[in-house]
Amino acid sequence: MPEETLLSDEFVRQLINVGEVDILIGLPTYNNARTIQQVTRAIQAGILKCFPRERAVIINADGGSQDGTPQMVTGASIDDIWSASKVYALRTLHAVSTQYAKVPEPGRALRTILAAADLLRARATVMISPDEATIEPDWLQRLVKPIYNDNFDFVSPIYRRQRFEGVLMRNLLYPMTRAIYGCDLHEPFASEFAISSRFAGDFLNQDIWGDEWARVGPEMCLTISAITGKYRLYQVFLGMKAHGNRTARDLVFALRRTVGSLFFCLDRTFPSWSAVTSLQSVPSANGHCEVKPEAVKVNRKRLREMFVHGVSELQPVFRSILTPGTLGELQNIASLDGDQFRYPPDLWAKTVFEFASSFHKSVINRDHIIQALGPLFRGRALSFLLENRDATEDQVEHSVEALCQEFEHTRPYFLEVWNHRK
Amino acid sequence: MRDIIVTELTQGLQGIARAFAHYLPGLIVMLIVVLVGWVIAYLLKVIVRYVLRLTKFSKLSENAGATELLKQAALPSSTELVSRFVFWVAWVGFILIGADALGIVGLQEYTSRFFLFLPRLFVAIVILFFGLLAASFFSRAVLLAAVNANLRPSKLLSYSVRFIISLFTLAMAFEVLGVAEGTLLIAFGAAFGALMLALAIAFGLGGQDMAREFLERRFARNRRDEKEDELFPL
Repeated sequence: MPEETLLSDEFVRQLINVGEVDILIGLPTYNNARTIQQVTRAIQAGILKCFPRERAVIINADGGSQDGTPQMVTGASIDDIWSASKVYALRTLHAVSTQYAKVPEPGRALRTILAAADLLRARATVMISPDEATIEPDWLQRLVKPIYNDNFDFVSPIYRRQRFEGVLMRNLLYPMTRAIYGCDLHEPFASEFAISSRFAGDFLNQDIWGDEWARVGPEMCLTISAITGKYRLYQVFLGMKAHGNRTARDLVFALRRTVGSLFFCLDRTFPSWSAVTSLQSVPSANGHCEVKPEAVKVNRKRLREMFVHGVSELQPVFRSILTPGTLGELQNIASLDGDQFRYPPDLWAKTVFEFASSFHKSVINRDHIIQALGPLFRGRALSFLLENRDATEDQVEHSVEALCQEFEHTRPYFLEVWNHRK
Repeated sequence: MRDIIVTELTQGLQGIARAFAHYLPGLIVMLIVVLVGWVIAYLLKVIVRYVLRLTKFSKLSENAGATELLKQAALPSSTELVSRFVFWVAWVGFILIGADALGIVGLQEYTSRFFLFLPRLFVAIVILFFGLLAASFFSRAVLLAAVNANLRPSKLLSYSVRFIISLFTLAMAFEVLGVAEGTLLIAFGAAFGALMLALAIAFGLGGQDMAREFLERRFARNRRDEKEDELFPL
């Protein structure tokens, strides 16, 4: 879809009124009335505090909110922040909102924001999650400065989490991306990040936007493009990762957005990743923040039940996806009792790689492959919880590092199944 | 007496010879058509088999669940079955064309009926194939959704969807073929109604507790639900 049809006339008119900018802050929203004011204020405060001389604009791409979210973004007054911080911006801070569709679609939202950034010739584009209740004003500075001062192209965050949060990130996305692409990027699926105008323009012109998986999880495609396109990457510590809405708990939705688009990217970037031989570390600005441990409210019995039920009920589906050896081992695990339950890292890595290979070969409908991973991921999540039940934060990190090494160790097997299976 | 018998036999033999001579060119034509038809049908079979292999038809039929059905019935693979079907349809067609050359009264009508029936047969087979494909796709989608939602009778739901779609497909295919339309309509209505009644009774009587639990979980939003769903994957 060319820019002329992607952006509505009214939106283009508003953008023309804004003129060229230095920093564009993208806010993709859908019914975020609960947190959006707090997020908008933090952004405004960040611009006042860190970039008072820069021309900045907040672009809100809304997916058809019914709760007045866009009005809250455009109507947020900067007066309170002025009086509180005693700092005045030297430029007008614009806030523009557009409804790109009647239903939310992350790919369309990101594309709208990038197209606006391209039109306004923004030097840096920062994406901020509207759910991020823990956002602080200086996040903006941390994300933008590496692009502004050091010419980095993609700035990815590093978060601190509760021990048992981010299980998918720690058990699949990070280890797999690191093993396959040889790039030590901690958050391959980031909800906050910044990109340079060069990378934004290049990514906008890629021919991925028509594909379902890129529309569902464009953030993952962006990260993989940054890695494989040899752009300059940087990581910054942002602090605690918070979860604002219930969809964050919807596992199938999360699997589609992250694992689905990662598998899709593997398909497109085979020449790049198949040639990778070593691990490249990404420069990082580390930081530290205290984590107040919260009580874990995970129903372990239910997780185990769902894993066992899934392994027994989905056998015909697994027979199309997994090798007989892997399926046999899963059946053995499913018969283990409560505390003895363990889904070993090597088997988990093999499982994930066989799923990726089956996705590549479309052995069955691709969405069904992603959904079938749900029960198995629950089993791995349970094993992770049990292994780290009494572990400290450092021990949890060590456990994640061990899993990453297991994925790297299993990489040759992945290449084998990718090339030869069926 | 002897002369009469000899004369009659000679006349009879001459009659047979005349009749044979009358039919011989037609018979030769028929044999040639059948033979050429066999060659063409065989070539068609080879071509169809090659095209099906090229388009990975076996994978499609595996997805549709047709491969599993064929295996259970000890039948050859779907690719082989379709190519053999094409061979037989083509060859039978040529045999009927050849038989026309004999000039047998009434046979021409059957031949034209056969050729008029072919498009309907083809449509019925296409409906059957895509119906099976849809049944397999939707039953798997229901199975996956049910397993991920932790619904216990996931297999039952999946099989029910497969059964209903297959039933619809079969009814449509038979309707296209024009086989016992009225009987089929009644049978389908009765079977579908019985299925719905059975489900209603089964869920109404047997699933009271489950239904209550489901509704409580869905609408009451009690704290138990909150506790069960605190896994943040990202």
